[in-house]
Amino acid sequence: METVATQKVKQVNENQCQQCMPLGGVVVFKGIENAMVLVHGSQGCSTYMRLTNVEHYNEPVDIASSALNEKQAIYGGEANLHKALDNVIRVYGPKVIGVLTTCLTETMGEDLERLVATYRQNRGITTVDIIPVATPSYSGTQTEGFWAATRQLVAYYAKPAERHNRINVIIPHISPADIREIKRIFELFGLEYTMLPDYSMTLDRPYGGQYQKVPPGGTQTQDIAHMSGARATIQFGLTCPDNLSPGLLLEQEFGVPLHNLPLPFGLQNMDRLVETLEKLSGRSFPECLERERGWLLDGMADSHKFNADGRPIVYGEPELVYAFSGICVENGATPVVIASGTKSHQLTGLLATLLADADVQPEVLEETDFAAIDDAGVLHGANIAIGHSGGKFLTERRGMPLIRVGFPIHDRTGGQRVLSAGYTGTLAFLDRFTNALLETKYESYRELRKEEMGIKEGA
Amino acid sequence: MDTSSVTADGSACISERQNSILTTGKSKSSIHCADDSLAGSVSQRACVFCGARVVLNPVTDAAHLVHGPIGCATYTWDIRGSLSSGSEMYRNSFSTDMKERDVVFGGEKKLATCIDEIVSKYHPPAIFVYSTCVSGMIGDDIIAVCKAASERHATDVIPVESSGFLSGNKVVGYRAAAIALMQLIKPREGETVEKTRKLNFLGEYNLGGEKWVVERYLREIGIEINVAFTGDSTVAALKQAPGACLNLVQCTGSMHWVAMSLEQEYGTPYQDVNFFGSANTAESLRKIAQFYGEPEIIRRTEALIDREQARIQPVLQKYRKKLAGKRAAIYVGGAFKAVAIIRQLKELGMEIVLTGTQTGKKEEYDNLSTLLDPGTIIIDDANPAELEKFLLEKNVDVMAGGVKERVLAYKLGIGFVDHNHDRKDGLAGFDGAVRFAREVYVTTCSPVWGQLKAAGRRA
Repeated sequence: METVATQKVKQVNENQCQQCMPLGGVVVFKGIENAMVLVHGSQGCSTYMRLTNVEHYNEPVDIASSALNEKQAIYGGEANLHKALDNVIRVYGPKVIGVLTTCLTETMGEDLERLVATYRQNRGITTVDIIPVATPSYSGTQTEGFWAATRQLVAYYAKPAERHNRINVIIPHISPADIREIKRIFELFGLEYTMLPDYSMTLDRPYGGQYQKVPPGGTQTQDIAHMSGARATIQFGLTCPDNLSPGLLLEQEFGVPLHNLPLPFGLQNMDRLVETLEKLSGRSFPECLERERGWLLDGMADSHKFNADGRPIVYGEPELVYAFSGICVENGATPVVIASGTKSHQLTGLLATLLADADVQPEVLEETDFAAIDDAGVLHGANIAIGHSGGKFLTERRGMPLIRVGFPIHDRTGGQRVLSAGYTGTLAFLDRFTNALLETKYESYRELRKEEMGIKEGA
Repeated sequence: MDTSSVTADGSACISERQNSILTTGKSKSSIHCADDSLAGSVSQRACVFCGARVVLNPVTDAAHLVHGPIGCATYTWDIRGSLSSGSEMYRNSFSTDMKERDVVFGGEKKLATCIDEIVSKYHPPAIFVYSTCVSGMIGDDIIAVCKAASERHATDVIPVESSGFLSGNKVVGYRAAAIALMQLIKPREGETVEKTRKLNFLGEYNLGGEKWVVERYLREIGIEINVAFTGDSTVAALKQAPGACLNLVQCTGSMHWVAMSLEQEYGTPYQDVNFFGSANTAESLRKIAQFYGEPEIIRRTEALIDREQARIQPVLQKYRKKLAGKRAAIYVGGAFKAVAIIRQLKELGMEIVLTGTQTGKKEEYDNLSTLLDPGTIIIDDANPAELEKFLLEKNVDVMAGGVKERVLAYKLGIGFVDHNHDRKDGLAGFDGAVRFAREVYVTTCSPVWGQLKAAGRRA
């Protein structure tokens, strides 16, 4: 059976399922060692992005702005950009500054490459790397912004390098807890790696010591420079567009073999990563992972009948949507609606393969909004949702539980600690999913049975 | 050509910002304020669009359509904790979701279609159409589109000219919203609204049901609220605004201009009120009673104040015992809120050592200074580096502010009171004063700070 993506026919977007493009870029630069981010546009953009990140990560997330007003919007923002760079360097002393464009500066037609080059020349800057990234939100969402910034970092730093034994690991926007779990798995196989980006410590800082404006941690730039000499790249980016793919750039320019894998969320996806790591390391399955896999299988058996009652809506960024749909499918809870605010050229095809054996095909919505997701959920009898906090309305209006994953999670604490990666993370997610179904069931089954049988009190 | 070198000097303060920071009793000159944010200073401010959006958002049965690329709508979806007694329409976020094609060829047609779609799906009594950076930049004529749509659908389609890059931050957005409100309430030609003895309550957004609290007090003393601007308001109720005999103004930043306009056009006098803190609440009720001047109203007012004060003062005294002598910092959006908080913290026996606002005006800062002890730091348009510096220098125990300040305070081991527009708990009136005191107490005196200090020593 073929999975068909439903085209959006209406023009108005009613309750947004996506974030804006520079937001993705911000997160990437927060995962680079000693980096600061500057958003070239009006003041509000940077503040909104700070707010969204702060609410999710519960960490200070400083983002500078060139703070353009109407004068610069007409005559150009060069002076403001230069002043902003001056001030960022003075106060934050970064080694890297990511400069992201906004809808405003893209519409103005600002030539960011030139503006940055002039600045470096005028100020004689040699010790700060200033990396511009084009992120107009009328051409993409936070998903494209994340990939674009990551690819730009590779393009900026990677020079032909001697071959070495490290593995490149390129991730989409996942939680710091997920990053740490993936690092642990690589270490279990004895593999050395460069993780790009790595905000596992910068956006989830342990308390203690003196507060630092730019927190320690993040990918080191000399490691990015050496990614060109790596033995292989593992990129968790099945849905990453080719033109934004950092892994593809490393393969095409420097001949680094690319293993483009699904996120290691779910048994089968994690098995694929393990298989790849076995080959790359020459080591067999570490015993502790074997045990973790066993616990997951045991949990899947214990919960399978409960999970079969699940009719999930899965929504969010394409890479996450694909991974979580996989967990649902392998546990017998086939999604009824799969949706993304992002338009992906790969997602529909990937889902068709994933759902080849499914009894009923889900409705797949791309470039969509929550009004359409809600309609589809009602039509297909959805009873649970998986995604970011935007879906809170599905709980409010339809009473369905929401398993919060992805970004942003602004109405619950601990977004940075949500773990879904590896066998352990998969089981943690699965337990949350199953227990949400059980909670609904135990809360309602007495009343439901009575209603069905027309039993009235005292009758 | 500027060839001056730029280096990190490690100091938190950018020299150009020196005049925006003063110490009461020491600085002779006035504070530099009400200016554009300095590029690269990491201002805590949002934008013009945000200002307009937060003022109008609580109009419950209106549809709010953002004409721009997706981010502006995403970031302001259901942004306030404003409650509604009826329609939930305002909690939806509509966007024209401008794409590259719209930026190049103009977005007017798409805007018109989006309005049509909203009207045919929901038939709202009014639609507010907000311009953003991009729609402003490309020169879409939203006034003409709204006018045509108004005629086509015989409903109010009101343009809000809130392009984000306009100079002057949120305050300019407040004005854009005010103009939109004045347009909405203007009676049709030949029609007039009869004067009543009810009053309007301006600058009240019903956060956590605060409008309802004041409404209950007023009802008890024999006065009815005509409509609030804009908490829990409807389009029909707003259109009755000219019928009030008095306008109360609470949040002056957003509503002072509306009050003046209402006086000019409909001859309605206005007076400032403030329902945050028990002393402010009592004072405001007395002022209102004086305006009506009827002995029965005055008698009931005094009875209400006596009863409530007798009820809450013992509770406040308990908190005062715990909090006396603690050192507090305040950083909020507008001066009205700063004044309200200063007074309440002082009533709790606390010392204010740092205060500031995003959008205060010179007169407001002058007034603020008179409430503060010598040696207090006042900052206009502060940034995280400055806040960090002074929070540490001044040895602050608790801070009041918004979400972005909260995470910084916690990182520094400082308590925090949420006084932002998405808070869920009402802080107005006598019970609100108790709730405020309780929040100050639980955060200032939380046992976690002791644990954190211990952890700091271990490190």
